[in-house]
Amino acid sequence: MFFESLVVSAVLFAVGVAGVLLRRNAIVMFMCIELMLNAVNLSFVAISRYVGIEGQLFVIFVMTVAAAEAAVGLAIIISIFRHYESVDVRNFRLLRW
Amino acid sequence: MVGATLIDLVLPLAQEAAEAHEPGFVPFLPSWIVLLPFLGFVMNGAVAYLAPERRRLVSVVGPGVLGLAFVIAAVNLVLIARVHDAEPVIRSYWTWIEVGHLRIDAALQLDQLSIIMALVVTCVSFIIHVYSVGYMGEDPGYARYFAYLNLFVFFMLVLVLGASFPLMFIGWEGVGLCSYLLIGFWFRESAKADAGQKAFIVNRIGDFGFLMAMFATFAYLGTLDFQGVFEAAPRAFEYGGAAVTLITLFLFLGCTGKSAQIPLYVWLPDAMHGPTPVSALIHAATMVTAGVYLVARAGVLFALAPLSMNVVAVIGGATALFAGTIAVQQFDIKRVVAYSTISQLGYMFLAVGVGAYTAGIFHLGTHAFFKALLFMASGAVIHAMHHSLEHAGEPAGEDVTQDMRNMGALKRYMPTTFKTAWIGALALAGVFPLAGFFSKDEIIWSVGARGQTVLWVVAIITAMLTAGYITRWLVMTFHGENRTGEQARKHLHEAAPIMVGALVVLAIGSVVTGWVNVPEALPLLPEFTWLHHFLHPSFAQAEHIIVEHLGEAAHASPIGGGEGMWALISTAAAIVVILLVFNALSGKKYLPVREAKEPTGIWGLLYHKYYVDELYDLAIVRPFKWICTFSWRVIDQGLIDGVMVNGVGYTTRFGGWVISRFQTGYLGTYVLIIVLGVLIMLGAVMLQG
Repeated sequence: MFFESLVVSAVLFAVGVAGVLLRRNAIVMFMCIELMLNAVNLSFVAISRYVGIEGQLFVIFVMTVAAAEAAVGLAIIISIFRHYESVDVRNFRLLRW
Repeated sequence: MVGATLIDLVLPLAQEAAEAHEPGFVPFLPSWIVLLPFLGFVMNGAVAYLAPERRRLVSVVGPGVLGLAFVIAAVNLVLIARVHDAEPVIRSYWTWIEVGHLRIDAALQLDQLSIIMALVVTCVSFIIHVYSVGYMGEDPGYARYFAYLNLFVFFMLVLVLGASFPLMFIGWEGVGLCSYLLIGFWFRESAKADAGQKAFIVNRIGDFGFLMAMFATFAYLGTLDFQGVFEAAPRAFEYGGAAVTLITLFLFLGCTGKSAQIPLYVWLPDAMHGPTPVSALIHAATMVTAGVYLVARAGVLFALAPLSMNVVAVIGGATALFAGTIAVQQFDIKRVVAYSTISQLGYMFLAVGVGAYTAGIFHLGTHAFFKALLFMASGAVIHAMHHSLEHAGEPAGEDVTQDMRNMGALKRYMPTTFKTAWIGALALAGVFPLAGFFSKDEIIWSVGARGQTVLWVVAIITAMLTAGYITRWLVMTFHGENRTGEQARKHLHEAAPIMVGALVVLAIGSVVTGWVNVPEALPLLPEFTWLHHFLHPSFAQAEHIIVEHLGEAAHASPIGGGEGMWALISTAAAIVVILLVFNALSGKKYLPVREAKEPTGIWGLLYHKYYVDELYDLAIVRPFKWICTFSWRVIDQGLIDGVMVNGVGYTTRFGGWVISRFQTGYLGTYVLIIVLGVLIMLGAVMLQG
């Protein structure tokens, strides 16, 4: 069970990375980031079985931070959408030289 | 200053009390000889700044302080002359520098040599200051002129009376500074300002030698006081050793700069751009003789280095002949006299170079009078030319007023100047009974008696050249037909009484100063070698060393004959040359400058001064300028500014530009780079593990 959990976690993480790299929709990229976070959470829980309760504790922290991040991130995406009428990240290229 | 006076007043009493039974030489207010000109400088300088129009005050203060200084110097001369073989008196006022083993006092050394020099300096300066009152009377920079002139005399007296090499060096540099200020006195004309710079720069080369000599002296002897050095030198240096030779050669390099000898003489003719009294005082009578004084003062060191003595004598002889030939074909009234000065300085070095220190100092003293006289006669002529041309409304620039081709027959218009100029010229030519006769013959005789046959012949030839060029100078200026032009001629007039008075006093000096040292060998004259005996204590040590190693001087010239006979021969030769030149030239028609052609052939070579200035320009000045331009353009602007300073800036900016290309602004790029980074780190960890 332990090993399968880690495999699922790795697959989930890889899917998240691929999504962030390949998708252009900010909301989808955002969801992929959540996917990566939760893949890590899964690993934490699985490993805590052997290491101790701290792994599960950490998962609570990660979810808290992820919730906060989601609130801020969605707010930013909404304000960008109001400006550009789109959430395609190819339009956002102000942060350069 | 007050303190110095108090020391002067109190010390003699204390010394007298201590040596009640042994009357020694007690100097009389020696500090005031130096301080008075300085006071004059301060006062005139203040006037120049605050109220430049207070001319009468300047006219009193400027010459007045020197008159007083002259009186004090004369009193001291009388005091020291009364004491047989008086020991030098060192009057120390305060400690100037004290570092480690080096201790230099601000001290004056009063001995026979320094007092006689101080007397010559103050006397000639006083007369020339008086003359300047007339000569510079209408100049807007009158007060400034006298301030500089007073400052010059102050430094000259420091040079002469200072008791150590560094103190002498202060005077040495100070007179150089004043020379620069006074050559470029009319600094609005660039030729004059340039001449001042040339003098200063050429002198710096010589000063380098003086400095090196001082460093070496201190390194070997650990002291720089004259007395300490000359006491220690015979023990510390072996005769003819490398160290003392090096020191004396460096010292002599300083002398060639200050005293305008080959190869550093080139600044002196250009120095004639200054006011004429300046030429008379600084560039004939006093400053340029400082080198001779230095060699005489450091006689002990030179006596220990026979090679250096020979170098001094050979350079002196060569310069005498070389400058004498140039003087033959110059047309500028002051330049003839300037080259004559270089030539006569060569004589003095010839004398001190063969160990005839008294003869050198003697010629220095007599030369101061008759050369100042010749310069000031030239000055009177230039003054008259300038005024007449200006009144006639013609151009009155330096090239017109000073060219002898524009003069002629001035004896009709300036009779007193004419007579005094003749006296000065005859004294220079060495005609009996004028001053130059005694001093020059003693030099020629000393050279011959030391067995320097070639230099002896050179000296005799130069003596005849001297008679020739100065006669030409007289004929072109005062005889023949007038070439000034119809309009200007009416305005030609004798100089102001105060200037004529100064000329007369100098003419008297040119007659009588020779009589202080009449050698016994001259027939029909009473022996009166006062100067020789008087200066003996100053040179005894050096002469002792020379006699010890080279033997006594001979009593016959290289080709036989005694001193008296050769004195007669050389005077006769001088008179014959004067008559020949006079006859040859008085009939000759000279053309005024604007119609004259440039001399050609050998005369052209002399007219162009052997092209030495051009040679120096080609060999030294231009390569130096190239090096400077290279350093400026390539090293400074290219390497330091370009590569190092701006290069660092450009590189940083370029690097920043390159890295900024990675900031695309696309979110995808950043994510890709982060992922790649994570993969690389993971890979590294895996490979290590």
